[in-house]
Amino acid sequence: MWKNIYLWLDERIGFNDLYANLLDRPEPKTTWWNTLGSASLFLFVMQGLTGIFLTVYYTPSPDHAYDSINYIMEGVAFGWLIRGIHHWGATLMVILVFIHMLRVFYTASFKYPRELTWLIGIGLFLATLGMGFTGYLLPWNQKSYWATVVGTQIAGTVPFIGEFTLKVLRGGPELSALTLQRFFSAHIWIIPAVLAALIGVHLFLIIKHGESHFPTKED
Amino acid sequence: MSGSNELSRRDFIKVTTGIVGGLIGAVIGLPTVYYLIDPALREGGKESWVPIGKFDDMQIGVPYPFSFTRVQVNGWERTASSFGGYAVRNSDDPADLLVLNSTCTHLACTVNWSEEANAYLCPCHDAKFSIEGEVLDGPPPRPLDVYEEHRITEDGIVEIFFKEA
Repeated sequence: MWKNIYLWLDERIGFNDLYANLLDRPEPKTTWWNTLGSASLFLFVMQGLTGIFLTVYYTPSPDHAYDSINYIMEGVAFGWLIRGIHHWGATLMVILVFIHMLRVFYTASFKYPRELTWLIGIGLFLATLGMGFTGYLLPWNQKSYWATVVGTQIAGTVPFIGEFTLKVLRGGPELSALTLQRFFSAHIWIIPAVLAALIGVHLFLIIKHGESHFPTKED
Repeated sequence: MSGSNELSRRDFIKVTTGIVGGLIGAVIGLPTVYYLIDPALREGGKESWVPIGKFDDMQIGVPYPFSFTRVQVNGWERTASSFGGYAVRNSDDPADLLVLNSTCTHLACTVNWSEEANAYLCPCHDAKFSIEGEVLDGPPPRPLDVYEEHRITEDGIVEIFFKEA
């Protein structure tokens, strides 16, 4: 029976084509440096999953944010593990995405026809930083509170539109419940949606163009 | 390579990826299940005697409404839950006291005593219970629950034995 189900699905999806195009693509001679993109993708999925699980207990309100995280760390079974992975995964993701970017730059992989992949990659890097910035506030402890005061204050120094930007980020002139709520919204809905969309195009382009050769001495 | 029993490089990679992936999945996945169902595994069940009113205030044949609140720590917050019911006296005999739980046995809304209908009415699905808690009309599967254990203190206060879920 399983075989029939598989055949029915295969006829409509075409597993062989998928396998050949996604996993069995021809590759140039590669090194571990070529795995950083996949590693970033893995971390994105990991952060998504652990993040979803964290929202089961986390409450984005000044009254409860700190206590709910405390509860995750000490009250819930394996809460420390889920939050630990999310916490350290976030740091690792920023580092990996950045090294991935450096690798593409140093091997000149951003050149024709891959400029668009590179530009979208810049968007992905900025969105990753955005995830780090918004996620940092959510525990609502002293460190995250003042880090966000400073971070949004820096945005406020931009000429002409600075004050407006600061108010948009904070949801008003001061840090408040509105700030926490909109950072939470950005962290779990807006930026992940942007990330997912950009990753989709990024991957499509990579599969379309294939990996680039590393330049040789003649190049 | 082909025809030999040795694992090809390709197959080795596939098997290794499968095993390592499975391990990571298990190490993360199993704790996650536990993490999600953890609150359901908590033992509650504090027991206590709860005063519901003076015996002398309860008139024969008139349901005496009472309510009380229990505070429980759920997660990081103290939650107050309300409970209530009706004490029904049928005679002068202190032992002849029926203490009903006002939680509807259909889907747990709260029933109210109605003088005109001479019944407990549930606002949610029009359930109707007699003064003794028997089902008169509507969807409830069984009569109103009864606080079986109750006692009267020396001061004439009625107390019920209450066990948290």
